[in-house]
Amino acid sequence: MAISFTLNGKSQSVDVSPEMPLLWVLRDTLNMTGTKFGCGMALCGACTVHIDGTATRSCITPISSVAGKKVTTIEGLSTDGSHPVQQAWIEEDVPQCGYCQSGQIMSAVALLAKKPNPTDADIDSAMSGNICRCGTYQRIRKAIHRAAGAKA
Amino acid sequence: MATNLSPENHLDRLDRRSFIKTTAAGGAALLIGFHLPARATDPAQAQEKPPVNPLNAWVRITPDNHVTLILGKSEMGQGVMTALPMILAEELCLDWKQVKIEQAPTNPKIYDHGTGGSGSIEGSWLPLRQAGAAAREMLIAAAAKKWEVTPDTCKAQNGRIVHGHPERSFSYGELAAEASQLPIPNLKEVPLKNSNDFTIVGHDTRRVEGAAKANGSAKFGIDSRPAGLLYAVIARCPVFEGKVASFDAAKAKAVPGVRDVVQIEISGRGASTTGGVAVVADNSWAAIQGRKALQVKWDEGPAANESSEELHKQFLENAAKPGKVLRNDGDADATLASASKKIEAVYELPFAAHVCMEPMNCTVHIQADRAEAWVPTQGPQWAQGVIAQIAKLPPESVTVHTTLMGGGFGRRYQADFVMEAAKVALAAGKPVMVLWTREDDMQHDFYRPASYHKLQGALDANGKLAAWKHFQTSTSIAAKWSEKGADDPGLGEFGTGATIPYATPNIRIEYTLAHSSAPRAWWRSVEHSSSGFVMESFIDELAASPGQDPLAFRLKLLGDSRKIPQFGEDPKDNPPLDTARLKGVLQLVADKAAWGTPLPGGEGRGIAGFFSFFTYVAAVAEVSVRSGNLQVKRLVCAVDCGRAVNPNGVRAQVESAAIYALTATLKDAITIERGRIVQANFNDYEMIRMKEAPPIEVHIVQSTEMPTGIGEPTVPVIAPAICNAIFDATRKSQKPLRLRRLPIRSEDLA
Repeated sequence: MAISFTLNGKSQSVDVSPEMPLLWVLRDTLNMTGTKFGCGMALCGACTVHIDGTATRSCITPISSVAGKKVTTIEGLSTDGSHPVQQAWIEEDVPQCGYCQSGQIMSAVALLAKKPNPTDADIDSAMSGNICRCGTYQRIRKAIHRAAGAKA
Repeated sequence: MATNLSPENHLDRLDRRSFIKTTAAGGAALLIGFHLPARATDPAQAQEKPPVNPLNAWVRITPDNHVTLILGKSEMGQGVMTALPMILAEELCLDWKQVKIEQAPTNPKIYDHGTGGSGSIEGSWLPLRQAGAAAREMLIAAAAKKWEVTPDTCKAQNGRIVHGHPERSFSYGELAAEASQLPIPNLKEVPLKNSNDFTIVGHDTRRVEGAAKANGSAKFGIDSRPAGLLYAVIARCPVFEGKVASFDAAKAKAVPGVRDVVQIEISGRGASTTGGVAVVADNSWAAIQGRKALQVKWDEGPAANESSEELHKQFLENAAKPGKVLRNDGDADATLASASKKIEAVYELPFAAHVCMEPMNCTVHIQADRAEAWVPTQGPQWAQGVIAQIAKLPPESVTVHTTLMGGGFGRRYQADFVMEAAKVALAAGKPVMVLWTREDDMQHDFYRPASYHKLQGALDANGKLAAWKHFQTSTSIAAKWSEKGADDPGLGEFGTGATIPYATPNIRIEYTLAHSSAPRAWWRSVEHSSSGFVMESFIDELAASPGQDPLAFRLKLLGDSRKIPQFGEDPKDNPPLDTARLKGVLQLVADKAAWGTPLPGGEGRGIAGFFSFFTYVAAVAEVSVRSGNLQVKRLVCAVDCGRAVNPNGVRAQVESAAIYALTATLKDAITIERGRIVQANFNDYEMIRMKEAPPIEVHIVQSTEMPTGIGEPTVPVIAPAICNAIFDATRKSQKPLRLRRLPIRSEDLA
């Protein structure tokens, strides 16, 4: 049965098993590979997307639960990479391997939507669900402050 | 064929031989291309490769002046995609903003693809300068010919060749076609730029693929989507060296989206894959669900009773007896026996998993006369060889696309995941991605060896080091890779830990192999991760025994500046340990960390310095230990990696290696029960996260020495700096804490 939702501002319909996680629908059904698979258990945050504006781990989110909702992925943040958080990531040269960074950026954007000028404690709390094995945490912190327009 | 390989020698010897022979369980021999990074000083490299035209192999310029630089190494986050083209662009006098970077095709006749051992910059520095300079000279020669002037009156400048007053010029695009037909200059004689004129090398540069990694468009191996792609996951025996006894695919095949279920056989001694049953489906989710429904009976084999507890017993039994003597200067035993005061300590480190954020995966399409593969690999030439062997094709008929990697850390030098994918693709007859789940990745890794060390030392009446004795027993890497029955001396398990920089006339190093079925291989910084911990912890214990300052004690024992040949290594390929440079990073880090200034109660500082991958790194950790709670508050690092090609990249790698090492210091161990790896995902094998990540300061020694490795050499100093800081924080308390076992557990701090 087809499931319909809004994906990056456009209506989208998929005919897949209702239990299939949103992650695999994005990656394998729709070939939108910016959202990453890291653990399959909502432990690492690599698969983070926004559902109705809330940062959500797509790897444990059944596609059926997304019906009628608004999904934003890394590809939908901006058409040209000009989102202030993406720009801050480039300025601070955050990524190393880069695999976790889609999820990091989605978590950071959700944080800044709620707290436009987050403290370090706010960042710790909002970002500790996202693992970076390359250890770019210090640069992520700086980039979030930069995006917020605050002094790092 | 060397059958007697230590890991370090393994890298070097294999490099020269370019292949490793591994024996399949069925007895069939398999040749695998295995070309690791060559040393720039290695004359074998120049001999192996015929001269190539740099205006094709390394730089491609279109008539409309689009310049593309070719990357012959693999990008796994360490920054070679930026730093190596910077070297080419420097000699080519290009405007960095104008260049594009392209991954080289897999062709070991032209490129030294193998990416590891922190060797890319060091091994490519001279060859890439020569290639860039040769291309520049060819462009100058083409311009001179057109103008009918001598080449020495022309010069390269910002992507153009210019001449005379008033100045006239050609863009490289206008010259490239003609230049590429000119004779290739002798690389050994081609003039290299004066380093005072460098405008790119030595300047902070952001990574070239940073924007693609910030907008989701960067393509990793796992993002490969050739037309008609199927997805597979493999059920592998949970016990190493076990195999499939029988299986029933009916329920798996009933899962919607599952196309097929195929058994693949064990193959390759080095490729640890235990063989298994692949579930091939229309998408990854269906494949994972199909594997859950699959019923497999395993023949668990001889390792089914192995446990970490049993391995620890082996360590204790081995340590109760003398080991094989690997180094014996003077008479350490007699000196220790007669010493008025000697110190003895034992240290233990567990197996460690690589845990790349992008789980292992490989996409292969095998057709009758050719094959194509998309592989996140540190060794594309090896991947090519493996696929060719399985597809029964010549390697030239196998196109391997080296993709971006979501981490490598040594794990992606293996070809086990490539071999599996090739076998499944051969059976499927269609393009297939074999995807590893996190559990697969963690439980079927090639782990950093588990090791146990007994250190003994004595100081003489003047406080000088009278003797140093290091016994180690470990599940060595060489024993995993050598032919069965080969003698493993174990020296490779020490690395530069066998080259003692602290002056002493009496040194004894002993080793005993411990046995395990768990596969072992190169984990970020390899044997240095244990050697650095052991050496820099023990020297701190020696300093503390007469109550000396750990920094002053180290500097005193390092003594006058000396160049010490690396023990057991060929001096031709391995520069000596320069104690002046080691002292330099120790002093620099101490200055920057305000060593010796007071800290609040319950806080302490620890220092460590180590030489590995030809690079010197020292770290100071600041910690607090209060009510059994440890907090790492700050890490300060100083590095001397010779000339820093991209200082921004150097800082990034030091920050990265520090966090990687912090995870190994503070988080979980890989353990074995009933022959199985216990840990499976990030809930039981945790990583350092944002809230635990301390500020890290990086200070780079300004140097014109040969650039050396930076991806790994920070790892060895972090654990000892932290453990030494814990001692400093608690030394005046009722219970001073000397932690000698990694990772640090909460009970160790109670």
